[in-house]
Amino acid sequence: MNVTPDLDTRFREAALREGLVDVRYDIVDSPVGDLFLAATERGLCRISYWPEGMEESLARTYGPRVLRSPLDDVHRELDEYFEGTRREFDLPIDLRVAPFHADVLAELARVPYGRTETYGSLAAKVGRPKAARAVGTVMHHNPIPIVLPCHRIVGANGSLTGYAGGLDVKLRLLQLEGAMLV
Amino acid sequence: MMGSVTQPIPPFERFYLEHRYEVLGYLRRLLGQRAEDAWQETFLRALRAYNRLQHARNLRSWVFTIATNVAMDELRVKPQPPADGVTVAELKRDAFRELEHLTGELPPTERAAVVLRYGYDLPYAHIADALGSSEEAARAAASSGVRRLRRTNERHA
Repeated sequence: MNVTPDLDTRFREAALREGLVDVRYDIVDSPVGDLFLAATERGLCRISYWPEGMEESLARTYGPRVLRSPLDDVHRELDEYFEGTRREFDLPIDLRVAPFHADVLAELARVPYGRTETYGSLAAKVGRPKAARAVGTVMHHNPIPIVLPCHRIVGANGSLTGYAGGLDVKLRLLQLEGAMLV
Repeated sequence: MMGSVTQPIPPFERFYLEHRYEVLGYLRRLLGQRAEDAWQETFLRALRAYNRLQHARNLRSWVFTIATNVAMDELRVKPQPPADGVTVAELKRDAFRELEHLTGELPPTERAAVVLRYGYDLPYAHIADALGSSEEAARAAASSGVRRLRRTNERHA
């Protein structure tokens, strides 16, 4: 039996209007491939380069009422970023991470557009100068890459080390931002 | 003894994608043109209750139960008590296909019972939940519906 796109859209809009959704998500295309975006009523909570299994992951963290629905503001700011017309994101964020992660990600958010920083210096900024490796782990689990710019964090020798979206994507984002690379 | 494996509640999106077509089909059979509003109400009610689900068993029957409740509200009809001492009339699947177009002429409870039993293969225990009645009453409603379908069919023949 055919559920028309119009009927489908009306249901999704009614669900959001009534505040019945724990977390909404969408998958959008971008110059670096498909991006999985998710937000709660509080704000953007997830960006992933790998949509596979993300609905289940969201359900575990935010509750089972996971519904697909366009995230226009997030999509628009990302488009502007990829076009090079946006240097800072202006989106509310819903971060639910352990305290150390929260400290590191807050510091990460201050690393300016087009600049890089090392794991060690980020560690020093949160008062744990020897915790470069732990900072690496936080970057690896960054729930909102691109917006929380873990692509700007590089190894002490300037090497790109690693990235959830792949090193080619990390390089591409840094080149887009005009970062000086060693 | 083996412990039962607890399935996690699937994300609502999966549940919705899996059941939205057949629920609309079911409501069309019960309500005709009025099915779309009832369909939306069904999934909104499901969503309202979804974060309180205790387990992921029988989600299909669960959503048919909600759809039936919405349809019954729409038809403003209370389930009728079963008649005593009836023999149960059953249908073969092929026979149902031939009579299906006549289900619109059945009273709502019988219509829901017959469609759930023969159109969607739900067991009587689940149909009883859907109708808010006993299993006995669900069986009686389906049975009486089948009889009525056959009579209607003979009249039309």
